[in-house]
Amino acid sequence: MLANDPSVRSSACSRREFLVGLAAAGGGLLVSFRLSPAMAQTSPAAADLLTPNAFVRIDRAGRVTLILPYVEMGQGAYTSQAQLLAEELEVDLEQVTLEAAPPDESLYSHPVFGDQITGGSAGLRGSWDTLRLAGATARVMLETAAAERWDVDRIECEARRGAVVHEVSGRTAAYGELVDDAARLPVPGDVTLKDPTRYKLIGHSVKRVDTPDKVNGTAKFGIDALPTGVKFAAVAACPVFGGDLGSVDERPALRVRGVRQVVKLDDAVAVVADNTWAARKGLAALDISWLEGANSTLDTARLVADCDAALESPGVVASETGDAETVEARAASRYEAVFRMPMLAHLAMEPINCTAHVREDGCEIWVGCQRLALARRMAAEALGIPLEKVIIHNYLLGGGFGRRLEADYVAQAVRIARQVEGPVKVTWSREEDIQHDYFRFHNHSRVRVELDAQQRPVSFSHRIVGPAVMARWLPIFFQNGVDLDIVGGAAGPYGWPRQRIEYVRHEAPPGLATGNWRGVGPTRNVFVVESVVDDLARAAGRDPLDYRRALLAESPRALAVLERAAEAAGWDRPLPRGRGRGLSLLNDFGSYVAEVAEVSVEPSGHLSVERVVCAVDCGVAVNPDVVRAQMEGGIIFGLSAALYGKITVAKGRVEQSNFDDCPVLRMNETPSIDVHIVESTEEPGGVGEPGTAALFPAVTNAIYAATGVRFYELPIDAERLRSALT
Amino acid sequence: MQRELTVNGSQHSVDVDDDTPLLWVLRDVLGLTGTKFGCGIALCGACTVHVEGAPRRSCVTPISALPDGARIRTIETLDELPEGMALQRAWLDVEVVQCGYCQSGQLMSAAALLAANHRPDDSDIDAVMSGNICRCGTYVRIRKAIKQAAAQLPRAEGAGSRRAAEEHS
Repeated sequence: MLANDPSVRSSACSRREFLVGLAAAGGGLLVSFRLSPAMAQTSPAAADLLTPNAFVRIDRAGRVTLILPYVEMGQGAYTSQAQLLAEELEVDLEQVTLEAAPPDESLYSHPVFGDQITGGSAGLRGSWDTLRLAGATARVMLETAAAERWDVDRIECEARRGAVVHEVSGRTAAYGELVDDAARLPVPGDVTLKDPTRYKLIGHSVKRVDTPDKVNGTAKFGIDALPTGVKFAAVAACPVFGGDLGSVDERPALRVRGVRQVVKLDDAVAVVADNTWAARKGLAALDISWLEGANSTLDTARLVADCDAALESPGVVASETGDAETVEARAASRYEAVFRMPMLAHLAMEPINCTAHVREDGCEIWVGCQRLALARRMAAEALGIPLEKVIIHNYLLGGGFGRRLEADYVAQAVRIARQVEGPVKVTWSREEDIQHDYFRFHNHSRVRVELDAQQRPVSFSHRIVGPAVMARWLPIFFQNGVDLDIVGGAAGPYGWPRQRIEYVRHEAPPGLATGNWRGVGPTRNVFVVESVVDDLARAAGRDPLDYRRALLAESPRALAVLERAAEAAGWDRPLPRGRGRGLSLLNDFGSYVAEVAEVSVEPSGHLSVERVVCAVDCGVAVNPDVVRAQMEGGIIFGLSAALYGKITVAKGRVEQSNFDDCPVLRMNETPSIDVHIVESTEEPGGVGEPGTAALFPAVTNAIYAATGVRFYELPIDAERLRSALT
Repeated sequence: MQRELTVNGSQHSVDVDDDTPLLWVLRDVLGLTGTKFGCGIALCGACTVHVEGAPRRSCVTPISALPDGARIRTIETLDELPEGMALQRAWLDVEVVQCGYCQSGQLMSAAALLAANHRPDDSDIDAVMSGNICRCGTYVRIRKAIKQAAAQLPRAEGAGSRRAAEEHS
């Protein structure tokens, strides 16, 4: 069902831009499209196809092709997007062919990001209206064509499973029979979306469309591309951040059997060979001299000290509510805490790779990337050729987690390929993947809470230190000196009488690349806020659940997930000595998530996370099983980082290299996980990231409950826990 | 040098350096891309294949370490093993898979586990499967799917089913 050939391009799509206005109308939703005049022309190539928009194509044989704008990296995007389209188009998922959208910002940009991006737990939020409208528009045109043919009222015609049926007269016409007539109709300005009570796909755990190929080895990831005549390259970039290539004697590599060529870039060396092993051997044989540059003495101690220093300087006020004077009059005592979070790598299972073929007439690229349009721009820029000369074949992603939101490896691959005859696949070693990541950078926070005489919070101030990734990566999210991501979730869902969020921009030294990491801003801030709330509850002698309830009077959805998670976890049931439960709560990515972690800490200090219970209100759960899977996976991703996640630097280099010194969670350490979905009719929220973001404080709060030891720094220092208890 | 391999029942003659790991022979020389590269040093299990019915990390298995004519099975023919087919069905039924990149290795490890033991308990599963990393975090479902697949297999286990496995290879 899934079109595995990503080279099929949807150039036949007509270009229509729609702005969506929703208004209740007879149980359904009235939807207005506004055509952009410049785009209203139907492409001539579409003459024999019904192509009412960039997301649906139907041919005379009745073949329905759905074009999916968001890439599949495990999050179930293909399935959920297909559900939205097929629901409104009235076709079964078994009847459709799915195709990944090619890079084209004008057609496939995310409505909020303004670029073709799969990330930020925003794919479904971006497609909820767009794809339902796209499906409904095609369906209405087919119904209209049938009604005109039969000379009946369209209201009497109903689309069902790829055909239009006129119940009264018993007539039926398959979509394929109607496409010629339908294609001659004007694209309707208003279409009515289905009443949710009639949904057959949305809200149901339909089987994932991408998985059958993933259990038999036929699914193609970027690393599996094998264009005819491809050669294989191993690459080493300067191990010191921002350093350059000095000199290298090519001969030792060329003596390795199968090695064809050594390619030098400004900052890297690649060896091209008949297979990847020969390339790696060739690379290992080289004695490369690097120009280490300004970062050659950089280490983690300095990075942390610089962040601490930045915490002492005033920042830009990101948000401020409430009346300062009233607060001062009521404040009787103050709570203050500093939080420190480490550098993190992404460690997607598919190491970074990109295959490229640079020819005189342009460039062809085979890659899995979360940001295809950026990849295309960077390739064009690196080669100095026009954008339209770059063709990208989009493949499945063996994990993204934010790493594949960058396209540095695409630019690197084309710079190598430019010097190579024929296509070349550049595969990074795991070591290269870890050491040349776009790291989640050090992030420090200070929180001050003023309390009244009854230990109730009267103000909450949070100063955040960290890089403005958005200033580089998505400038519309960098406003008035504030990175809108890094302050995400900085006050939690709580009704603080007064709150003040301050941001101190603190960039990594030039050459050390920083980027997005699953859970983005909230991954840091939820740890801070939920640790603080737990501390405040303990200081006031209150139960952490009870204490949160009192702060959530204005947030019924947050309160509901909190209660659900607590109930499912048996919050009030006593635990044996050495065990503890911890709570966390977030409202981000358009969703509400509460987690309860249960840990056991042996007298020796050995920590086990036994169980995590999660409640999620993500609005309409388009595919409940995908929602559960995302929460489970998010929790495990977070737990890896909570227990182990730490990238350290010495002499300007990353000290870690592979899964031995950069461990991640394995099967034997995995807790039982229960996910509870809170029913909702609200618009869908994101689910890829909140599970991760909520995990950290659930665990540290549970450790506190079990031992009285509080962690203000991540990852959880097992040694500190041991020494505190023994 | 020239070497003879039987991969998924087909004979291949490959001409690569002796130290070339089986992984790269499968992927780059034979074009069998279902077996994945993850770490290169046997820490993640993504490259797991069966050599003469036993699980091996192909990224650290030099071609010279294989007996001549060695019979190798990769994910592409896992469904020929009764354990393999039961696992693939369970994987889809439980919806184990997310990105899917590690799942070839997970399935090959799980198939080797079930070939030796039709009724693995949690510690049996931990012992074999903790060598396979999944960054999407599908471990909870992998455990469930292994148990579900095991329940489809006859209780008789060990040598008998290993023989059955070999007959299929």
